[in-house]
Amino acid sequence: MQVQQKLEILADAAKYDASCASSGTERRNSRDGKGIGSTTGTGICHSYAPDGRCISLLKILLTNFCLYDCVYCVNRVSSNVPRARFSIDEVVQLTLAFYRRNYIEGLFLSSGIIQSPDYTMEQVVEVARILREEHGFRGYIHLKTIPDADPDLLARAGRYADRLSINIELPTAASLSALAPEKDGAAIRISMARLRERIDAGKDKTVSGKRPPKFSPGGQSTQMIVGADASDDRTILSTSADLYGRYRLRRVYYSAFSPIPDASPVLPLQSPPLVREHRLYQADWLMRFYGFESHEIITGEQGMLALDMDPKTAWALQNRAMFPVDLNRAPKSTLLRVPGLGVRNVQRILAARRVRAVRLDDLVHMRAPINRMLPFIQLPDHHPGATLDAVSLPARLKAIPAVPQQLGLFM
Amino acid sequence: MHSVYLKHETDIEGWRTAARQLIAHGVAPQEVDWYVRPAQDVAVQEDFFAMADDVTNLASPRLSGVSQENAADNRRLMVPRQLVELVRPVILHQAPERFGLLYRVLWRLQRERGLMRLAGDADIARLNVMAKAVRRDMHKMTAFVRFRETVVEGRQRYLAWFEPEHHIMAAIAPFFIGRFAAMDWTIMSPRMGMHWDGTMLHFLPGGKPEALPAEDAGEALWLSYYRHIFNPARLKLKAMQKEMPKKYWHNLPEAELITSLIAGAGTRTQAMLERMPEPPRRKIIGYQRKLRRPDIAGGNE
Ligand code: SF4
Repeated sequence: MQVQQKLEILADAAKYDASCASSGTERRNSRDGKGIGSTTGTGICHSYAPDGRCISLLKILLTNFCLYDCVYCVNRVSSNVPRARFSIDEVVQLTLAFYRRNYIEGLFLSSGIIQSPDYTMEQVVEVARILREEHGFRGYIHLKTIPDADPDLLARAGRYADRLSINIELPTAASLSALAPEKDGAAIRISMARLRERIDAGKDKTVSGKRPPKFSPGGQSTQMIVGADASDDRTILSTSADLYGRYRLRRVYYSAFSPIPDASPVLPLQSPPLVREHRLYQADWLMRFYGFESHEIITGEQGMLALDMDPKTAWALQNRAMFPVDLNRAPKSTLLRVPGLGVRNVQRILAARRVRAVRLDDLVHMRAPINRMLPFIQLPDHHPGATLDAVSLPARLKAIPAVPQQLGLFM
Repeated sequence: MHSVYLKHETDIEGWRTAARQLIAHGVAPQEVDWYVRPAQDVAVQEDFFAMADDVTNLASPRLSGVSQENAADNRRLMVPRQLVELVRPVILHQAPERFGLLYRVLWRLQRERGLMRLAGDADIARLNVMAKAVRRDMHKMTAFVRFRETVVEGRQRYLAWFEPEHHIMAAIAPFFIGRFAAMDWTIMSPRMGMHWDGTMLHFLPGGKPEALPAEDAGEALWLSYYRHIFNPARLKLKAMQKEMPKKYWHNLPEAELITSLIAGAGTRTQAMLERMPEPPRRKIIGYQRKLRRPDIAGGNE
């Protein structure tokens, strides 16, 4: 089989993994003229597909042959999709060829499980080793790890990778054993805990002041599939909160279950609306950067996030007694809860009000989305008056088009 | 009226020297006209590696060629760190009013304490917007430059054509050198080009996109990848165009696939949904988990 055909099959097999991030790692470059590549810290999206997803890494599977039978997965053993397997060298050459043309930041390699978890993991690690040691590759490497593989292999993976991930797959242990019978929720969490230990150890200086060997400097992440089981948003978000707290994950990715070729009859026919996935990301953002607790954010019925407005606005509407917020007096934590006010503008308001009172004009110049903020804020030249308590407020807010901005920044 | 002639579009040094003298002589912003001399040659901030730190010299008395008298002026000059951080990106902006705007803010700073902290002030807001536009342009350039590989005199060379909106060519060079130092690459734009030969960076006059090699085997693979990493069951065109605006498309090889991918998405998704489940065509041997570690061997296995 030609490399091109393999690439087609193995990119098709990899696209259901939402993560393509190249951020969070140390800064490196190859100014010394040895090897190739650099990392920027914030990552770069080199392209976007019409599905709205960033293309930052060459995201492929080493092989889509797999012994497991996870029903939601296009590569499960019982599916009839075409199969292919890259050689280690093919992946290395493809990564370098793409990298030299500035198409990508690096490689995100994962694999179906062949022969055994150890065998598979060894192959994946070998690709990373060759890139790093034989080609001096200093770009980004993200490796998907297999929880059942030997801890020594995971340790080696962390030496070469910028980021490691293990997918939690489903929000509850019950769903996991129903839909992914060969996977073991406990083993996944044990692996995450091990990785966390090693990642933490890789950051601390030892008593003697020596730097410990690097270990996955970009941390670990995971992915949860949304809508393949009956879990509600409350369950999903509390699982995320637990994962962030316990294993200090950098990111939890939410992937709305979508139709796949040769789907299993066990799966629901209807995929969840994409906006549900979007609301989960917004809620996740509120938990990580805005001081919200997972249980506060659910305002819709039956443990679900409202679909027709962003979770911060929905929360504010249910807590109108807290508003209007005086932008010149309220503490930072309260400012962060104002709909339309993002972290950046909160900082700007805090800095400005030490010099003089902030007024409506200032918000206009800062390009804050004032239409959405006005009912909730108080300024020397503005008070919402009765609009805040008006029954028609939710309808009015829904009518304001949300500017399509980068996820999370517009809250 | 005073006229200041800057040597080139990103003449940060010239702006700095002039601004310092104008402030010292008490010349109000509305009395100054700023011009850039028409380019005879490719002129850029030569010491671009030092550029980032260089701006801090605005407030430092250790400038070369500055007399003692001027040094004394410098110490009286109010130049908060926040302004220093904005000067560099704003100078790279294409708007001709940038020099005057920066001078006006410098002027106001001598009188209005805390001005830099007023993000809602019209001048400061404008500076922030300009700086953001420049940083975005630089970021997009690191993302969207596409090299084509070709062989010249037995050596592999990588050539790209890119059209930045602002005067960012020299400022972005360290990124490409830091990443591709061992490669021999050239990036051309309408206004100027740059060429890295593995040791040195050379600036070139502007060029034409026709000079690019037409074919590249790597590019064909990239197009395959783009086609197949796309999930037709989720179309989010607004999200795509927000981050990859159409103005960049004509220099992105993969962009020519976008229309057909969108057009075919509906049918492909429908076909997946309507397809009757099939029994596996291969023989499946049930997989047995091997339990190596007692700590995960729950009692149920
Ligand atoms: S282990 Fe499960 S999720 Fe992973 S490739 Fe195999 S079938 Fe898919």
